Amino acid sequence: MNHNEPDAGGHWGPYGGRFVPETLIAPLDELTAAFLALRGDAGFKTEFEGLLRDYSGRPTPLFYAARLTEAAGGARIYLKREDLSHTGSHKINNALGQVLLARRMGKKRIIAETGAGQHGVAVATVCALFGLECVIYMGSEDMRRQAPNVFRMRLLGAEVREVNAGSCTLKDAINEALRDWVSTPAETYYLLGSALGPHPYPLMVREFQTVIGREARAQILAAEGRLPDVLLACIGGGSNSIGLFHPFLEDNVRMIGVEAGGTGDELGNHAARFISAGGGRPGVLQGTLSYVLQDERGQIAATHSISAGLDYPSIGPEHAYLHDTGRVEYVAASDDEALEAFQKLSQLEGIIPALESAHAIAHAMPLARELGPDRCMIVNLSGRGDKDVQTVAELLNQEVSCDE
Amino acid sequence: MRRIEKAFAKLKRAGRGGLIPFITAGDPNLEVTSELIIELARCGASIIELGVPFSDPMADGPVIQRSSERALRNRVGIEEILQTVSGTREHTDVPIVLFSYFNPLLQFGLERLAREAARVGVDGVLVTDLAPEEAENFQSALSAQKLATIYLVAPTSTDDRLQMIAKRAAGFIYAVSRTGITGMRKESSEAAATLVARMRTVTDLPIAVGFGISNKTQVDEVLGYADAAVVGSAIVAEIEKQAGNDDLVKEVGGFVRSLMV
Repeated sequence: MNHNEPDAGGHWGPYGGRFVPETLIAPLDELTAAFLALRGDAGFKTEFEGLLRDYSGRPTPLFYAARLTEAAGGARIYLKREDLSHTGSHKINNALGQVLLARRMGKKRIIAETGAGQHGVAVATVCALFGLECVIYMGSEDMRRQAPNVFRMRLLGAEVREVNAGSCTLKDAINEALRDWVSTPAETYYLLGSALGPHPYPLMVREFQTVIGREARAQILAAEGRLPDVLLACIGGGSNSIGLFHPFLEDNVRMIGVEAGGTGDELGNHAARFISAGGGRPGVLQGTLSYVLQDERGQIAATHSISAGLDYPSIGPEHAYLHDTGRVEYVAASDDEALEAFQKLSQLEGIIPALESAHAIAHAMPLARELGPDRCMIVNLSGRGDKDVQTVAELLNQEVSCDE
Repeated sequence: MRRIEKAFAKLKRAGRGGLIPFITAGDPNLEVTSELIIELARCGASIIELGVPFSDPMADGPVIQRSSERALRNRVGIEEILQTVSGTREHTDVPIVLFSYFNPLLQFGLERLAREAARVGVDGVLVTDLAPEEAENFQSALSAQKLATIYLVAPTSTDDRLQMIAKRAAGFIYAVSRTGITGMRKESSEAAATLVARMRTVTDLPIAVGFGISNKTQVDEVLGYADAAVVGSAIVAEIEKQAGNDDLVKEVGGFVRSLMV
């Protein structure tokens, strides 16, 4: 039995569910029914797997990072190369799955939110592929720090709508996408990008991302003749991590999610929902009950991370459950640690990781040393870092000028 | 809750529909909120909806978003709002319904909320992002204190859902006039009349219609088929426009009167 199936209302323990205005309940029911029907449909499976293979280039490799392993001085580090997927991150898996669902439901207009722009690019891409109207909501702060992705989305034919509310980041983009959907539920398909939001999204996004873990499982068995000792992944909303972890949940494999530690533990300086000192506790945001960074009155807190994709005050509800049961460990890597890992992986392996994924790399190195050479681990390299080159250049220049 | 029933009974006897103004608590500040409650009651409001500000009001348009931001800058929370309600009770017995997103209430504590809200004279609570499926604990906490849990119904609600909501609802039903967020609109909505007619087949509770109603013509139109009309963004916009004006309360009162005569 898989203890991680949610109940019919989309709850993992006390977490998850649906906290949305009444207007969206019927559209969510319709979506759930369509998704559940699709889940067991052989024709859908063939179509989805075909696109993952022929359009996105799956399976992505599991790469043994020899020089990174040597530099860390311990456990063998394997990288699951989601950065080699079409559009440069794992986000395309979910975008392809959901766009097929949208087509079956007869929806012609797709909307989505994006933080780092990776999900937005994936959605714009699948909409181009199927000739669908596409509107992407993006916070103005994120548009600034991920400018190349904004251009990419527009090039792909999407309309990118700037969101100038709150912190002008991912959370505010989701609010705006929800406002759009609640206004146009009949014609619009909301293609949510992470394992967040009201049921069925956390379940559905997980379902479309577990291809990562299923491939990794077979690949590590082929390479090592056994399962890995540890899995590591960065966590914003939690889709790349749940995609890697889920197929290993019943195995004796340690799993660690790495949140954005930002610049410190004080509320507002990070996006780590599980650090006890950091202001995260169960609450409701954007349709789901999970850990939320908030003040004592239940107002949602500002967050900070060097990486736009992790800069979000809540986390997928299944992660909240896995946290409470102790099945998955959650730690944080700071901006500085991620920045250092970003450079290290570039120089040691010739792989420029997304700043998001660099958080997982940052935690992997000291852990590898601690575990020792008899062990092996898989780090999910969820995306590539081309989009972050400008941000990192600015940060490094700043440091140089500070030293002068 | 008693006060809600009485208010609708009174309207029925008079053979007319009611007006339910919405204001955000703490916009522009709690002192003015208190004066506005008293003034709106004096203007003939049947019920007052008092908005609890939230940082992420996903069902609201820009007018109410801005008003929430202003209230939050004043650090207005549940405790202060309940105190404000308490202070108005020696001046008016107009029914007061809190209008909130779920998280501020959840963090305050549902039983504590019900207890203290009942003590200060709140009559009911409506939670924008809490459909009945997730509302069990909330509703039992409110019911234990004889507070009404007000539910929304929407044009997208199926017949089965209308029936289920009718079974649980108390006080009155809030029918959302159209799919969408709060905010003023020029055109009226046929969807609302259809929805109210559908709802009438499953409930005897009074039905109020809100979202997008901003002028006298629309209020009259709604009162042709519903028991009350909720006006929110148009009043909040008036409060915003009168910012800094010493006569703000009088001006807003005048605007609300103009919706009724």
